[in-house]
Amino acid sequence: MKKIYPSAEAALEGVLKDGLLIAAGGFGLCGIPERLLDAVRDAGVKDLTFASNNAGIDNEGIGKLLRTKQVKKMISSYVGENKEFERQYLAGELEVEFCPQGTLAERMRAGGAGIPGFYTKTGVGTQVAEGKEVKVFGGQEYILEEGIFADLSLVKAWKADETGNVVFRKTARNFNVPAATCGKICVVEVEEIVPVGSLDPDAIHLPGVFVQRIVVGAPYDKKIEFTTTREREAV
Amino acid sequence: MPWNRNEMAARAAKELEDGFYVNLGIGIPTLVANYVPQDITVTLQSENGMLGIGPFPYPDEVDPDLINAGKQTISELPQSAYFDSAQSFGMIRGGHIDLTVLGAMEVAENGDIANWMIPGKMIKGMGGAMDLVAGVKKIIVVMEHTSKNGDPKFIPSCTLPLTGRNVVDMVITDLAVFQRADHDSPFRLVEMAPGVTAEEIAAKTTAHYVS
Repeated sequence: MKKIYPSAEAALEGVLKDGLLIAAGGFGLCGIPERLLDAVRDAGVKDLTFASNNAGIDNEGIGKLLRTKQVKKMISSYVGENKEFERQYLAGELEVEFCPQGTLAERMRAGGAGIPGFYTKTGVGTQVAEGKEVKVFGGQEYILEEGIFADLSLVKAWKADETGNVVFRKTARNFNVPAATCGKICVVEVEEIVPVGSLDPDAIHLPGVFVQRIVVGAPYDKKIEFTTTREREAV
Repeated sequence: MPWNRNEMAARAAKELEDGFYVNLGIGIPTLVANYVPQDITVTLQSENGMLGIGPFPYPDEVDPDLINAGKQTISELPQSAYFDSAQSFGMIRGGHIDLTVLGAMEVAENGDIANWMIPGKMIKGMGGAMDLVAGVKKIIVVMEHTSKNGDPKFIPSCTLPLTGRNVVDMVITDLAVFQRADHDSPFRLVEMAPGVTAEEIAAKTTAHYVS
């Protein structure tokens, strides 16, 4: 069983086709699968649905696939800072399902854990609740949300060992863990593949059972949306 | 004299207690971090997966893997912890976060809040706002008392699509502070900015409140 692939293109061979539901990790541009999204763009598959917290920005992240009109629908919590997205959305070319951020994360987690639906108080009494079953527990209303069962998971991590055990770095972990678990096939791009035994078994963020294919995606762009700094105090 | 943005943030910071885990929204709520009293420990949560938000980094320590929910670069503290988005919202939805401060376009007298979309305008999405107002123990709204057109924002019932129903505990505006004991009680006017009169607040508020 070899999980390591030589390129993002090779890592996606045989799994891409039109109309897929893809769960993608990342928050803003932090922890997005840069090389795998490039490879999806280059493969030219279309009518894709992305479950992803954000839709990238102009020509970054999923924004690259919006530009090439490969995306049919987004399931996201926040899609600001993206002019091409806005244009396609207002023109009716792009469908958007707005999903509260925590509900989106839980829908992915639930899908990956074999849970087709769960009740949450998030969104009760709002547009998000429209058309959804309401159930009362302990005198409080909850709405039924469905797990996401994706065809493919695209994930960015820091390090993986050769068996697919994965660790993430700082806030780049974000949606990558729940997204990884909810796809039939999970492809992870990493900054470094390390030998088996060099990751602490007590500190694995995503166990290898969830990971089918691994590729090194370096070098990374790692764009920053808002660089904020403070002055160094005078000594 | 109405309170300015910093004074509103400082007023919200008075609600912080030692040991609190707190999530701060974008805008004026972010400024609350500058007014945490020196003698208490407060841990800031960022819903993209971090507890223990540090200050903005020095220019040579900027790290693209370390951002807050506003997508700004930040730094970590010795006690910081990272986790994934599902666990992050488990904390939020599960009632483990003590306090959130967020902005709003409208708050209703029954505690409804609207802060995520204006029909007819480009919708950006609710982000984590619906989860926060549904799950966090105490919800403080910080907002201007009236809109740019002078229309009241603390009103009988929200005209904009809701973010949450009957969730707000406290409203801090540039003119006044309204609070309620629980979600079945009416809001009470508990403070006014210096020089602001009860008559002025009454004239600029259409929500029912106890004075």
